[in-house]
Order: sequence, then C-alpha cells, then structure tokens
Amino acid sequence: MQDNLQSSSYKELEQKSKFTNMFLRWFLYFILILFASYFIFPLYVMVVTSLKTMEEIRQGTLLTWPSSLNFDSWLVAWGGRGYGAGDTFLRPYFWNSIKMVVPAVFFSTFIGAMTGYVLTKWRFKGDQWVFLFLLFGCFIPFQAILLPMARTLGTLGISNSVVGLVLVHTVYGIPFTTLFFRNYYISVPTELVKAARIDGAGFFKIFFKILLPISAPIIVVTVIWQFTQIWNDFLFGSTFSFGEAAPIQVALNNMVLSSTSVKEYNVDMASAIIAGIPTLIVYVLAGKYFIRGLTSGAVKG
Amino acid sequence: MSMKTLKIEELSKNFGTTEVLRKINLEIDEGNFLVLLGPSGCGKSTLLNIIAGLETINEGNVFIDDYNVSKVEPKDRNIAMVFQSYALYPSMNVKENMIFGLKQAKTSKEKIEEQLQKVSTFLQVDKLLERKPSQLSGGQRQRVAIGRALVREPRIFLFDEPLSNLDAKLRVEMRREIKKLHQQLKTTVVYVTHDQTEAMSLGTKIAIMNHGVIQQNDTPEIIYNKPSNTFVADFIGSPSMNLIQGKIIQNSNNISFIAEGSTFGVPINNYDFKDKSDLNNKEIYFGIRPEHIYFKKLNEDDFDVNLRADLSEYIGHEQIVTLDYSNQEILAKFPSTIKIELEKEMKLYFDLKHISLFDLNTKERL
Repeated sequence: MQDNLQSSSYKELEQKSKFTNMFLRWFLYFILILFASYFIFPLYVMVVTSLKTMEEIRQGTLLTWPSSLNFDSWLVAWGGRGYGAGDTFLRPYFWNSIKMVVPAVFFSTFIGAMTGYVLTKWRFKGDQWVFLFLLFGCFIPFQAILLPMARTLGTLGISNSVVGLVLVHTVYGIPFTTLFFRNYYISVPTELVKAARIDGAGFFKIFFKILLPISAPIIVVTVIWQFTQIWNDFLFGSTFSFGEAAPIQVALNNMVLSSTSVKEYNVDMASAIIAGIPTLIVYVLAGKYFIRGLTSGAVKG
Repeated sequence: MSMKTLKIEELSKNFGTTEVLRKINLEIDEGNFLVLLGPSGCGKSTLLNIIAGLETINEGNVFIDDYNVSKVEPKDRNIAMVFQSYALYPSMNVKENMIFGLKQAKTSKEKIEEQLQKVSTFLQVDKLLERKPSQLSGGQRQRVAIGRALVREPRIFLFDEPLSNLDAKLRVEMRREIKKLHQQLKTTVVYVTHDQTEAMSLGTKIAIMNHGVIQQNDTPEIIYNKPSNTFVADFIGSPSMNLIQGKIIQNSNNISFIAEGSTFGVPINNYDFKDKSDLNNKEIYFGIRPEHIYFKKLNEDDFDVNLRADLSEYIGHEQIVTLDYSNQEILAKFPSTIKIELEKEMKLYFDLKHISLFDLNTKERL
C-alpha cells in the first residue's frame, strides 16, 4: 500500500519535471533566437540595402528583400564610377590596409612571442618590472600617444606612409602580444628548456625548434586579435596618414562623409561590408582555434 | 687519491637573500647511485640543477672527473638529465627526441643511427620511434626520457624526481626498472626524490638534506639504523621513529633512561655512545622505531614494559597501534593477526639493540 502510494507520486513528479524541463528548453531557444536576430539584424539590413537601387531605398522599406539582385553599388564601392576627380573608391585603400596589416601583424606577433619567451624561460633580475611596464602599454589610451608618435614618425621620415602605420601598430601591439605569449609560455614546463640546454640547444634554437612548434593555438589568437585591431583601426590611420596612404577605414569614412551630391546608401553599405569582410574571413577560418587557444591550459608533453 | 666521478666542494647558493644551499660537500665514486633525499624546499633540486649547470653557483666548486666544471655549459659537462615532467619535446617524435642532443653535438649520421638502435632496443621503445610524446603512456614517456639521456653516453645521470608523476603501481615498476638499468650499465647516478622508499631501494648512498644542509650522507642501512640526528630519524621510516623525551640517569655501572613522568628506567648500558662522559642527567630523546617494539620477547635482552593501547589502525598486512608511554604518544607496528584490546595495558618488548639516543638540545645522535 505504502509502496503503491509512493510510486504513483513519483510518477506524478516525473510528469511534472518533464513538463518543466520542456517548457524551460523552449523558453531558452526563444531567448537565444531573439538575441541572435538582434545581432544579425543590422547585417541583414546592410546586405539588403546594398543590393537595392536608390529608388527602392527611397520608398522607405528598410526590411524588404530587394526586387532584383543588383550588384552595381558593390562595383561602384570597389572600383568607382570611372570619372576623374572626386571619385573615391575602396580598391587602392584596401591594398593599403593589406600592406599595413600583414607586416604589422607579423612583426608584432613575432616580437611578442620572443618577449614572452624571454620573460618566462630566461628570467632575469627585474623581469617582472619589464612585464609590468609592458602591461601599462595595454592600458594607455590611444589618444595619449598621438602627438609623441606623430613627432617620432616625422623624425624618422615615415609620416603619412604605410611603413609608418606598420611601425605604430607593431609598437602598440607588442604589449598585447607579449601578454598573450607570456601567459601561454608560463604554462609550458621550464624543464623543456632545461632539457634542450643540456642537449646543447641555444637561445634561438630552443625558441624555433621547441617552443614555436607548440605555439599554434596562441599564434592564432594573437593573429586574430592583432588583425582585427589593426584592420579596424581608424584613429591611427586618420591621424598619421591622409590621401593616398590612408588605410581602408579612413577611406570608408571619407567616402561616406564627403559625397557631395545625394547620399548613396546602397554604395555606403556595400563599402562598409567590403571593409569588414577580411576580419570576417579571418574569424571564420581560425575562429575554432581562437576559442581553443583562449581556453587551452597547460601544454601536455 | 683516486679520481672522483663527481665532487662538490664547499658549495653555497642563495636566491637573493634566501640561502638555499649552505656549504655542501659531496663525493661520488664511479658507478655509485647517490640519492638526494629531503622534504620539498630543502634545496635538493637546486643542487641537482647546479650539478647540471642549469643554475649558477655563489660559492664553491663542482668537479666532474676531477675537472672543475663550475663555469662550464650544461651541454659540455658530459651529463644527462631525466626530468619530473619528462620534458619530451612535444612537437618531435620519439626518434627526434632521442637524437636531438646528438644532432646538436654534430655527431655523425652512422653513429646517431647506431646509438638510437642500441638504446631504443634496450629500452623497448624501438616500436614507438615514430610516435609523438602525446601518444605515449606515462611509462613509455618515462622510458623515452631515459633513452634520450642514455644515447649521449654521459658520465653522470641526473634524475629529478622522475617517478613522482606516475601512479602508484607504475611507480613501483619503473623504480625496479631504474634499479635494473643501473645494475646493468653500472653508470654513476645522482637521483633526487622526496620519497624515502625510492631512496632506500635505489640508492647505494643517500644524502638527506634539510634547509640546504646535508644532514647525513651514508648507505641506506646506516641511515635507517643509525640516524645522525632527530631530523633523519623522523624523516626515514613509516611511521617514523618514536622520540620519547626524558633523561639519562647514570650511577656506578648502570646507565638508564627515564622518560618524563615515568617511574621506571630503561637500561641503556649497551648503547654505543660516541662519548660516555657527562651523561648523568642529560636530557635526551629516546628513539625507537615502531617496528622494534614487539608483542613477544624475541631477544634475550629485550626490555619488557607495560603500555596502554589507545588506538589501532588496520592497514592490511599489519596494524599501527598508538600506545601511551607515561603521557607520551608512541606508535608500534604489529602483524594484523594480533588482537589488540584497546584501553588496556599490554606487555610489550623494546628491542634495545635498535635504539637511537639524541641530545634534546642539539638534536644530534649521542
């Protein structure tokens, strides 16, 4: 009797918890979908607008699908209209940005790896202070170094050039890249370095043969971080360059703000997407490693 | 004077203001297995790193084959080291790991191949040569790490707690393998551990360290039977030696020990005193190991005493019994077949041949 009573009440409880679980699950999906659409919405509007003609846009239907796929505005954004003065388009600046971002990412990552290696595996007196000052670099607001950096670039004779921007971004990237690599290498057993020293390997050999081959996760993290930072940078680009040496974000701004006649929203949207595509590609290609690298703990020997 | 494979002379080391090693003197003959044993932070690993050349020296010298290597680079000291984390290069396979050192030393291809063949077969890792360290089990990694040391044919092998990352069962197995290895190859070894069983079973000599000072450097037998101070007595043995406080009473031909608060004396006439003068009223520790307290008389001169049993801990083949010796807690080890009645006095026997006496103040052996 007692048993029966209990088993029936268990059944009831089971039903109840099943229902609650299902309800909570659907509620969760609802919330997730809501947030996801919130984030995807601007992108949707951008893509749709870029494919519309100006007439369609003027009708004021922001959300509707374009009546026909019209890639003209993309072509204009990328290659211009083909008439002379005043025709701003992204292609040359896109290559400026590539020429700036590739070396800047490479150098800042490489130097950060080296510094991280030294700060963890070749400890020296006062190395914590060096690290602390490097960390300060992460917290100094960009605006604070504009004037001194402008003077430095002027003295070096590389102001208003891609080379100058490479230098600025490399220098400003080192604190971050060092932080990444130091935190990664600190979890690599120092015994590896000791073993290699006994085996007769020197400073550079240990770095290139032992540590760098196991640094893939953190290299990916650093590259993504640096690429995003440098590609999306507007402040340094607009301060230290103008005219033909400007990177894409500056050009985008010029394009959107300086149009003399009617605002061409479709071209603006296409330009904005073009300017954003490279970072998107980097994330898609390496995003998996990005998460892995951020969360990876100790390196298992 | 014969040549010493390794000699350490008046060696001191400090990190900033912390003194890590103080006036260390050590000598190892060819083919010996020296274990540096001590609690964590005693400086044993630092000492090993100094021998390897991975740490600098503040004072003193290190000699290998009578040649002063104090300022010689690790790779030129003719040593090889096996690390606690194995420190196998993660990006290289077993073969590359093992020959990395030989390649750095620009050894000829034929010689490298020959050495690799010999060592990998000997350690039974010849089937694993193409694997990455991450694809190996703990024991295999250990073997590869030893192999990496072996291919270089060093004068001295340095082991830094090589077994402490293994699980209990594997540890015992690998311990035996290291012992076998040493017996077969007759190499000179310096081995760091905090595990006394490892030290006892592997070492031909054990140097016990504490606070950067060598407390005793002797064979395992002498360390166990005649610890030179209370630190060694306490550190070696499980459970460790009972140290009973009390003092010596000497009259005419009789020397006896009376524990604090106790009424009876334990005769210690036959104890091998270093110095027999001025013993009367000396405050001492009376040291007896738990395994030297018997539940029945084994020797003619075993001293019988009535003690109350307070607690019994069963650990399988034996039991550890907590006894009350005039308000001082002491432990005894009996076979688990003996039935102990708690809260009752029982007659027990101290094996007086195996006692150690220590000065209460200096903690040194009398």
